[in-house]
Amino acid sequence: MERSIFAYIRRYSWRQQLVILGLTLLSFPPLYLTLELPKTIINEALGDSEGPWLLFGRSFSQVEYLFALCAIFLALVLVSGAIKYVLNVYAGITAERMLRRLRYELFGHVLRFPLPHFRRVSQGELVQMINAETEALGGYVGDALAVPAFQGGTLLTILTFMFMQDPILGFAAVALYPLQIYLIPRLQRKVNALGKQRVLQVRRNAEKISETVAGVRDIRANDATRYERARFSEQLGQVFWIRFDIYKKKFLIKFINNFIAQLGPFFFFSIGGYLVIAGDITLGALVAVVGAQKDLASPWKELLTYYQTMWDVRIKYDQTVSQFAPAGLHEARLQDEEPETIPALDGPIKVSGVSHADEGGGLILDNVGFEIRDPCHIAILGPAGAGKEELSLMLAGLLPPQGGRIWMSGQDVAGLPEAVLGRRIGYVGSPSAVFSGTIEDNLLYGLMYRPVRPRDIPPEIEDQHRLAVLEAIRAGNSPHDPEADWIDYEAIGISGPKERLGALVRVLRLVLLEEDVYRLGVRSTLPETLKDELTAALLEARRVMQERLAGDERLARLVEPFDPDRYNNNATMAENLLFGTPVGSTFDIDNLARHPYVRRVLRETGLLDTLLEVGLQVAETMVELFADLPPEHEYFRQFSFIAPDELPDYRALVTRADRERLGELDEADRQRLLSLPFKLIPTRHRLGLVEEPLQERILEARRWFRDHLPEDLQGAVAFFDPARYNEATTIQDNILFGKIAYGQAQAAHRVAELLTEIINEVGLHDRITEVGLMAPAGVAGGRLSAAQRQKLAIARSLLKRPDILVCYEATGALDAVEQAQVRDAMREEMKGRWMFWATSREDWGTAFDHVLVLERGRIVRDGRLASGEDGKGTPLVAAS
Amino acid sequence: MMTLKQDVEALRNIPLFAKIEPTKLKLLAFTSEHVEFQQGDAVCREGEPGDAAYILLDGAADVLVTTPRGPMKVASLHQNDIVGEIAVLCDVPRTATVEATTRLVTLRISKDSFFNLVTQFPQVGVEIMHELASRLHHTTQRLTEVSGRLREIENPAGDA
Repeated sequence: MERSIFAYIRRYSWRQQLVILGLTLLSFPPLYLTLELPKTIINEALGDSEGPWLLFGRSFSQVEYLFALCAIFLALVLVSGAIKYVLNVYAGITAERMLRRLRYELFGHVLRFPLPHFRRVSQGELVQMINAETEALGGYVGDALAVPAFQGGTLLTILTFMFMQDPILGFAAVALYPLQIYLIPRLQRKVNALGKQRVLQVRRNAEKISETVAGVRDIRANDATRYERARFSEQLGQVFWIRFDIYKKKFLIKFINNFIAQLGPFFFFSIGGYLVIAGDITLGALVAVVGAQKDLASPWKELLTYYQTMWDVRIKYDQTVSQFAPAGLHEARLQDEEPETIPALDGPIKVSGVSHADEGGGLILDNVGFEIRDPCHIAILGPAGAGKEELSLMLAGLLPPQGGRIWMSGQDVAGLPEAVLGRRIGYVGSPSAVFSGTIEDNLLYGLMYRPVRPRDIPPEIEDQHRLAVLEAIRAGNSPHDPEADWIDYEAIGISGPKERLGALVRVLRLVLLEEDVYRLGVRSTLPETLKDELTAALLEARRVMQERLAGDERLARLVEPFDPDRYNNNATMAENLLFGTPVGSTFDIDNLARHPYVRRVLRETGLLDTLLEVGLQVAETMVELFADLPPEHEYFRQFSFIAPDELPDYRALVTRADRERLGELDEADRQRLLSLPFKLIPTRHRLGLVEEPLQERILEARRWFRDHLPEDLQGAVAFFDPARYNEATTIQDNILFGKIAYGQAQAAHRVAELLTEIINEVGLHDRITEVGLMAPAGVAGGRLSAAQRQKLAIARSLLKRPDILVCYEATGALDAVEQAQVRDAMREEMKGRWMFWATSREDWGTAFDHVLVLERGRIVRDGRLASGEDGKGTPLVAAS
Repeated sequence: MMTLKQDVEALRNIPLFAKIEPTKLKLLAFTSEHVEFQQGDAVCREGEPGDAAYILLDGAADVLVTTPRGPMKVASLHQNDIVGEIAVLCDVPRTATVEATTRLVTLRISKDSFFNLVTQFPQVGVEIMHELASRLHHTTQRLTEVSGRLREIENPAGDA
């Protein structure tokens, strides 16, 4: 990056700066004229009663002349306003473009940081620098030439005008400038120093916040929240006191500035007044000069501020850039280069004299060397701290060795671009990162190194898209479309998206993740893209399910199917009334009691009073059952229809309510009562409140609800229809098309088994896995367990079929049985290719072809372990 | 369909719960669930960890223990019997298998809701203590009787 902000601005925006300068110069003539006109108006149109009043060679009456001049004045104000408008927008765009470039470059630098550097910088600090601190730099870029040119020019124009009126007056206007030039920067420098301190302190705050977010579990586990609050409070205090100092100095400067500015009129009225009386200048000139003097204050102030910002920004740029250029920054070339052909790395591997020291100079790897000719599977064993991770990272080309060299297929790893390393070598660390996006996105992440096929851009956004790309290029940003197809299918040996599912399912099975993804799929709604393809098959699965349930009395007990003409005793009253899935929150179970349409349905079908009464009975039961429990008791969450904080209201309501006159309760109480019966599930709650006659009436209300549903509410509910797929609910619920019965032993488990059986029978298993693949992984894979994330990372690296796979404690998050299973599956998959596996499990040595044992950074054994031997014990069977 | 009221009645017929206030029993019933078993289903299996007690509301079941000669029936259970309460009170694996001999409706009281009841309402704990103490007393008496008889068998009067 450029040495100074000025060089940076010169290099990337000189053309724009010239335009800004040109526009600025263009704005001066109208400005000068707007200053000149008032004088003409006062002296000629008003002061001179004789005439003649000439304008552009034509003669006018006095009044006409006055209005003509005023009209010209107005026109000039408009013109100079318009120029200013264009100038501001243009300068703003220039600034934003530069800001975009700067942020993009800093982000690019973060991607190139040497890995050990991430131990020294905190995430919060980087975020603060890239997001917040660059803002001031960007702002300055737009002003770099515009402000000195415009404000300086304005100042000069006004001063010229003044001197033209009277040199003495002009002199009076600038008399105190030297004092300001001397005094203000000195004070301002102190403010700037404080400002810098504040920036650093805010950066520390950001660091503290990100550390807290990352470690919140351990903070709470150690009851350290009080300590953390105290620490943060102390840091906030620092910001406070710095600001306190800043305000004291800043407003002192303002005071001095204002005072000096106010001295101007003093000079004008005293000196100027004397000159008018003496007849040396006209009154019009004095009025114009006083007016101009007012305009003078603002450009002068702007110039002073500009001068300060300039210094400030210069230092800030240096500070930021130095933070983003640590020693050992990867060369940009290594990330950008795209070789014609990607060489295979399937030849011999030779590590010679590799050393690595930590920041304190302690040797982590000490002259490590080995050479193996043919691809095989190598275990790197050794205790914690032996240097296994560093060696693994080096073998993956992620950490350049400080001493020595690593040769792969005869090429020095240090000189290979990431295009080769990242495609031919896989690395699975511990823990591995999972990104937000779908599970599928994460699996394919290793194949997305460049856009392969452009996306189809709809004609209506084509122009917009072209403009977006053009603008990105102008700001030196990436010209690639992230929405294009980036997946290099050929790399995984398939011809296109159609065969993708098979390849994905295969690696998922390999790492024992397929079942999990399938289950996610069953619990998802059907994505829009698969709707046309799968709806018919899923309805077929529903039919088979119904057949199976009907054909076996034992199974039939487990599920109560949805039937438009029957009340479902295992569903809530809300579900029974709606007979559908609410879409959005309109008909959410908690909103039903107050929704006007639901109320109308209840009134029309005569259910309102009945449900109020049922509500009262539920309330009575709840008050009776839960009255003695403390509010924080978990039963409220698990079993109560009423939240603990609402219980007192209900208790009062129950005592007050007159069973005969429920209709007379006020609206709030009616809503309270009415909200309760909707949650009743007869078989679960067993309160005996939803019996046969009431069920019949609710069925009637169900029909009424559906028949009279207004157009604008049609989208708020997806009705259950035996013959149609319900897009608002999950695949599982669609196939089941009913409720799992309460009170049947193991019902949920047995139904799940039956469901899987049927899905397999109709051949939908993999398609549902496909739906699961489209499920979001959550921020940093937060919706997956640690084991699932780790399996995903392994699958991702296997999918890209690397020549070399480096694993560092790759299966640590899995349970013991699965660890060995996954390892063996990976061994099988990587047969004939290189695999390094670093682990502290010494008993794993015999599972590999070759073993390297590290101890305190040195290789102490190099060869093969016989079965039953651990990494330390008996001598080698055969050295290679 | 059985209602909550009927469940409370069933609970009251069980000596362990006989003296507990009806409202507390109602809460226990409300937080418990009905579980229906079909003939031949196992309610619980010997050796598995126990997490709930079952009250038989309708139907019958056999209690079976494993012996070297195969499963042996040691008792049969009927309406209003409780089974599995020992596993809830102390952490021991199920001591026997319980198998439904007819369609069987039970009220499943989970360990959690049972202990919730006891910790929330100490008088319930006292009642249960009474019941357990009287069972212990009964068992001790039986033990004295049995060991007396055992001694008679081991040392027949003639040897003395």
